[in-house]
Amino acid sequence: MLLGVDTLSVSIGGAMPLEGIRFDIRKGEIVGIVGESGSGKSLTALAITGLLPLIGGRVSAGSISFEGTDLTKLSPRERRAYNGRRIGFITQNPMTALDPLQRIGEQVDVVSRLHLGLPPHAARARTVELFRQMRIAAPEAIAEAYPHQLSGGMKQRVVIAMALAGEPDLIVADEPTTALDVTVQAQIIHLLAEEVRNRHIALMMITHDMSIVAQLCDRVAVLYAGRVAEVSDVRALFAHPAHPYTRALIDCIPRPDMARGALTGIPGAVPAVADYPSGCRFHPRCPRATDLCRTQVPALVTDGRDSHACHHSLRDTHG
Amino acid sequence: MIDRSLSVLKVALGSFKGRVAAAWLLVVIVAAVFAPLLTPYAYDLQTLSQAFQPPSASHWLGTDEFGRDLMTRLMYGARTSLSVSVVAIGLSVSLGLVFGAIAGYFGGRVDRAITVVVDLTWSFPEILLALILVAIIGPGVTGTLLAIGVAYLAQFTRLARGQIMSLRSETFVEAARSLGASDSFILAHHLIPNTLAPVLVTAMLATGDAIILEATLGFFGLGAQPPTPSWGGMMSSGTAQLFRAPGIILFPGLAVALTVIAINIFGDALVAAMDVRSRERKA
Repeated sequence: MLLGVDTLSVSIGGAMPLEGIRFDIRKGEIVGIVGESGSGKSLTALAITGLLPLIGGRVSAGSISFEGTDLTKLSPRERRAYNGRRIGFITQNPMTALDPLQRIGEQVDVVSRLHLGLPPHAARARTVELFRQMRIAAPEAIAEAYPHQLSGGMKQRVVIAMALAGEPDLIVADEPTTALDVTVQAQIIHLLAEEVRNRHIALMMITHDMSIVAQLCDRVAVLYAGRVAEVSDVRALFAHPAHPYTRALIDCIPRPDMARGALTGIPGAVPAVADYPSGCRFHPRCPRATDLCRTQVPALVTDGRDSHACHHSLRDTHG
Repeated sequence: MIDRSLSVLKVALGSFKGRVAAAWLLVVIVAAVFAPLLTPYAYDLQTLSQAFQPPSASHWLGTDEFGRDLMTRLMYGARTSLSVSVVAIGLSVSLGLVFGAIAGYFGGRVDRAITVVVDLTWSFPEILLALILVAIIGPGVTGTLLAIGVAYLAQFTRLARGQIMSLRSETFVEAARSLGASDSFILAHHLIPNTLAPVLVTAMLATGDAIILEATLGFFGLGAQPPTPSWGGMMSSGTAQLFRAPGIILFPGLAVALTVIAINIFGDALVAAMDVRSRERKA
């Protein structure tokens, strides 16, 4: 096991927007983290990359173990040694992820120099090679360009190259393509998956696009309102979702054979942290909700690596 | 860095206004630096028989009440004015960057301590602050320099602090941190360089203000002490001769005004040229 997140809770001020998160990632695995906006996907990413202090949050319970080391127990300095070198991070918005005043190449070079100890010349050669792998045309010229001269898709390729530069074992990608044109989204996401597979790097990909999950991921963790709804193998998840929320998300994927008007979405919205309902947090929107759901928090039932938290699991009915 | 500065300069000199302003500044700087070589007289040479001469071939701008050549004194005065204001602003910029960066980046108690002190000095007008400081340190070049430096410190600390605070939450800082960059690396490689453009522009404009402040202190007799000429000091001695020889007060006054205007125009041109985006678009 490369990364093990165990009953992780995150608090910001008095609120606890993330509670009891549990899932793991094996070496070379692509794990999708899905859920609507506000379900805690990005917070999970920030917790794993150690960036919670930036938004004033902290891990209040649980552990994040990386190859057996609990990252939450490390000093900031020890923690930093993991960033870039063992864990790469791809931010949500490539438009602002690069320093506007520095040439692209310098910003990527510095990662190899810092983490792999390469001399400047070798670092640049490596940067150009990474750009080539990211299918950036004229990589030498791009290395000399400034960020504003690049398109969004191009910038995201650079950002991915930066994350790859430190030869990490895990890359955390926080909705790496949401800020991009639909046409380049698929390109970039497949490129990322391909590079990660070639290098046997594990990828934790945050997305709300279930079709991307179906195409690229090995495993999926579904989050809802700061808790785990379901963690499962991707095939099992799509074939037999356990949680009604997972079912609802799958039903939100448009299919060509759908009747006009059949695509409904999930009524309602994810509640804000202050308005989390009692019991199962999904109950106000759940078609299967009963009184039990309104009062009792469903336990996270674990079966091997899979788990789900629902009083009326769909899988029980499948039997 | 050097070719970057050169190309900024090239764009800044692209406009007519920018060129005229730069030309005047160049004249003043050359006059200041090479004053001993360019002037036929000593700045303190008194020839009482030649007092109150109007402008002529031997005295281009005439002479003052002691028969000293005004042109010579004006050029030596440029030395005092320019060096005092430039060094003073350099002092406030570098200290302001350090204090502002620390306050803005680390926040918390350090930030509050620095902000309180800075806001306190900010609440005084610069001239009042400078007067108080000169009174404490004592009149003269060093006193004026330190006084002006401290008077503008608040402005640069606040500017740097604000810039750093807003940059700190930028995605590229988050990205750098996620890739393992340390606080000092982020400050030195990302935050300070991104703060530099607005700080340098403000510094340029503040230098103009500092020249006026230096002249004001000189006018009150608190600046460079006689016989060392300064533009403010010359104007001060000229007040007594306002009707007899208006040139004594007029020429240094003009020098101050033109230099400050030139600095402002050239500063504006630099602002436009320094923006990486606009430069690339024009290139």
